[in-house]
Amino acid sequence: MLSGNEAIARGAYEAGVTVGTGYPGTPSTEILENLARYCPEVYCEWSPNEKVAFEVAAGASLAGARSIVTMKHVGLNVAADPLMTLSYISVEGGFVACVADDPGMHSSQNEQDTRNYARFARVPLFEPADSQEARDLLILALSVSEEFKTPAILRTTTRVSHSRSPVELGERVEGKEISFVKNPPRFVPIPVWGRPMRQRVEDRLKELQALAEKSPANRIEWRSKSLGIITSSIAYQYAREVWPEASVLKLGFSYPFPDGLIRQFAGRVDRVLVVEELDPFMEEHVKALGIPCQGREFVPGIMELSVDRLIESRRLLEGKEAAAQEEDPFTDLLPPRPPVLCPGCPHRGIFYALSREDVVVTGDIGCYSLGAFPPLERMDSILCMGAGVSMAHGMEKSGEKRKVVGVVGDSTFFHSGITGLLDIVYNKGHSTIIVLDNRTTAMTGHQDHPGTGRTISGEPTVAVSIEDIGRACGINRVRSIDPYQLDDAREAIKEELAALEPSLIVSRAPCPLRERRRVGRMRTIQGEECRSCELCLSLGCPAIEGLDGVMRINQALCAGCGLCEQLCPAGAIISREGA
Amino acid sequence: MIQRSVEKETKSIVLVGVGGQGILLASEILAQAAMIQGYQVKTNEVHGMAQRGGSVMAQIRYGEEVRSPLVSKKSAHILGALEKVEALRYWEYLRSDGLAAVSSQAIVPVTVSSGSARYPENVEELLARAFPRLVYIDAQKLAVELGDSRAANIMLLGAISRGLDLPLESWEKAIGLCVGERFRDLNLKAFSIGRSRA
Repeated sequence: MLSGNEAIARGAYEAGVTVGTGYPGTPSTEILENLARYCPEVYCEWSPNEKVAFEVAAGASLAGARSIVTMKHVGLNVAADPLMTLSYISVEGGFVACVADDPGMHSSQNEQDTRNYARFARVPLFEPADSQEARDLLILALSVSEEFKTPAILRTTTRVSHSRSPVELGERVEGKEISFVKNPPRFVPIPVWGRPMRQRVEDRLKELQALAEKSPANRIEWRSKSLGIITSSIAYQYAREVWPEASVLKLGFSYPFPDGLIRQFAGRVDRVLVVEELDPFMEEHVKALGIPCQGREFVPGIMELSVDRLIESRRLLEGKEAAAQEEDPFTDLLPPRPPVLCPGCPHRGIFYALSREDVVVTGDIGCYSLGAFPPLERMDSILCMGAGVSMAHGMEKSGEKRKVVGVVGDSTFFHSGITGLLDIVYNKGHSTIIVLDNRTTAMTGHQDHPGTGRTISGEPTVAVSIEDIGRACGINRVRSIDPYQLDDAREAIKEELAALEPSLIVSRAPCPLRERRRVGRMRTIQGEECRSCELCLSLGCPAIEGLDGVMRINQALCAGCGLCEQLCPAGAIISREGA
Repeated sequence: MIQRSVEKETKSIVLVGVGGQGILLASEILAQAAMIQGYQVKTNEVHGMAQRGGSVMAQIRYGEEVRSPLVSKKSAHILGALEKVEALRYWEYLRSDGLAAVSSQAIVPVTVSSGSARYPENVEELLARAFPRLVYIDAQKLAVELGDSRAANIMLLGAISRGLDLPLESWEKAIGLCVGERFRDLNLKAFSIGRSRA
């Protein structure tokens, strides 16, 4: 029983992959974690960002190594540059980019459909519908990649990556010998050699299409001919439950489109329905082939599909009225429970300190994104990895009256915060940048990065200093603070905001969730001393429960960071003896 | 080899709680127990942002042939909840004849502490209205008595095991496979207490 991600790692192992790279991102993270943990034969690394990861794997492939690179959908935006041209210069060892989409935005800032990138870069696309297929199609993708010398994309979604189902395993086969063969007309796309490559990409696409036509990954399941469903990925599973009687064309090798197979299928059913998640990728192509079909009119195109949503699609398709919305007697009565900064989180103190200042805070992607929620509400924008730094600079240059603070995490700083910092110095900005350094990539489940001093396999390595990078970028005002000392943190932020030059504040304390221990002694509230001022509640700590003016600290949750004790004007919060 | 049951219908179970309560481990054990019994199993869980102290749900489906890893509304045979409000939040997943097993614990969310929402005072009344078949288990208290408050998840699993057609030995074997040696006995005990209280 493996998750889709574990099955991909297993497939990579069996297919003789020797290099695996990536940058963590839900829902893709566990692919590389599993490959590194269980397959010591495979060189694995967390790269600083997806572009680097992609290029490292590409370099390995050019020398003949079978390689995979893993990332979430937005990570491929970062790696789009090497993708587009690796398609031209071609690969030597099989090369697969394993990209996980997040329909429904469970843990992402947007919803995007990676299938478009396959068409954009003219590379083959594989879409598993369960864990067994995740293993099988990764192996197939590697062999197609190697045979046709093209990078390939394996696209999963949250429900494929994070669902578990049984997988039959095989033995590992070894790849070819590693030896880079010099061949500039093949690997150097300066125009004189690049133009023939351009033509080769189109020719290759035709060859791949012929392969997709007869690939066992694309299959027709004949049942009733009155309705034929064209589908792929997890949507296949939902469609089978909702239309058990319908014939199905199930695409696993889904780009280039197997036009012949589509025509053959469509020609023998009365009505064609395309069931796919997110963009009308297949539907538009089927229509472009001149085949009448339906899809978006009945199947929703935003947020993830489910059996429930397709039951509604079926009603509409059959000309029935939409099901009446049933009244929900409970939901309005329930308090929302959004994700929050954990008890003891080192980011909390910084956001509290920022909440006392009249500043604009441009934020970034990570656990600290949660600082945007009430009661802290101290993050004013989020765009993408690294934008917390560069947008601060842009807002300052716009003439915004308030001071602008950019907030970025440690892993995100290494990912793409450094170039923004350079820009601030180079173009004479004044922004204050705070790196919330909790010594790990926390949100995705605590992965190492260039600052932690450990590799993906736990080996000690150089711990790159954020302060040194700041100084090397030309920042004079670089300082480190302890986020659990509230007064010091507030003082430091005030001083740097007042400075007429750029500042870099590194707020450093390890994530207690990763350390698996409390920050300090658990705190408790002495009821008789408490004046019910509720100042402690402004920290937004889930361990402090306030009900009808009575504050208490949940002893099962308190991580002992002591921020509430520092804040309490009545001195009612104390350390618990022996805790 | 354990005799394969003749149950044809796909069983759906929804486990809910607050991030950090151990819903994922409980889900893993349930799936393992069903696999030992020879069923096809699919589970689903949410990682990342959704885990940080927020409301969490895991879904398990097992049977002869399982397609979707997601449980449809009004189709779960069992809803297991480690927190009272969370049970209500996911009420519509349960079939009308389904069993709700709820740990009688209340965890106050930050939205309540900050005054923007209220924890319903009549939560037990609402639970009784939502679930015709409702059992409570004081999993948190029983787990503390057993010596580790973190075993509440396995206590709850014991309680819902009564409503499923998986034999005790599959459950025990699954716990053995999913839980580290050091905590095995504790968890086996927690399971058995939960099973006897339901």
